[in-house]
Amino acid sequence: MNLEILLFIIFAACALTAAILMITRKNPVISAVFLILNFFSLAGLYLLLNAQFIAIVEIIVYAGAIMVLFLFVLMLLNQRSEESILKNKKPFKIFAVFIAAIVLCQILYIIFFSKPSAGLDPQLQTSIESGTVQKIGHELYTNYILPFESAGFLLLAATIGALVLAKKKFE
Amino acid sequence: MYNIPIEFYLVLSAVMFAIGVTGVLIRRNAIVIFMCIELMLNSANLTLVAFSSYLGNSIGQIFVFFVMTVAAAEAAVGLAIIIAIFRNKLNVNIDEMNIFKW
Repeated sequence: MNLEILLFIIFAACALTAAILMITRKNPVISAVFLILNFFSLAGLYLLLNAQFIAIVEIIVYAGAIMVLFLFVLMLLNQRSEESILKNKKPFKIFAVFIAAIVLCQILYIIFFSKPSAGLDPQLQTSIESGTVQKIGHELYTNYILPFESAGFLLLAATIGALVLAKKKFE
Repeated sequence: MYNIPIEFYLVLSAVMFAIGVTGVLIRRNAIVIFMCIELMLNSANLTLVAFSSYLGNSIGQIFVFFVMTVAAAEAAVGLAIIIAIFRNKLNVNIDEMNIFKW
């Protein structure tokens, strides 16, 4: 067993445990903290895949910005516990897990049926070069300049929209 | 060099996606449902980054960058909508958001 497989197992187990704990905890704040742990494990997996830029952006944008926004809203809204609502919904929960199992089986069938690794010839050097800030920044500012500007415009629209929605007083 | 076949990452991503689907279906708190959607987006991102790295080109990672941008915009607007609903109904339980049924 070498280090790559060992790190993959550690990060994958951490991500899956955090995800399962996230959807089963009753307190939304604890769910948010487990989601942050999941994002950190994913950042580790991205580093394992030689995607340095995406790993850092994952921590800065997701764990840093988006989850802080979620935690702010969670703590701003004073909520009652979810426990009393879920208590008499046992058949619905079993049905939900059943639906999720069907989705999982479909995706796994596609993965193993299509044999994705057959046409791949992974080269370490090109893989490392493709994940650097330099390469991604160069691509973003040359070939993908229009989507990049559109993303900026989308963020502006979202900012204005969020401001208008949160300010408006519903009757 | 690459000791892990790409199927490991794809299966991990599929399992995370299924956990996200389960979370969306069993949770009743709108903010937690939003967090489960973020989990599903992240599992899709993991697939994109895995293929990008194994193919050795950066297009998949650029796509992940745009997915993160859209996720940030979606979180901002979605949380603003949740705050507006909270002002109106004083809770964020989606079972009680049935005003469209009238």
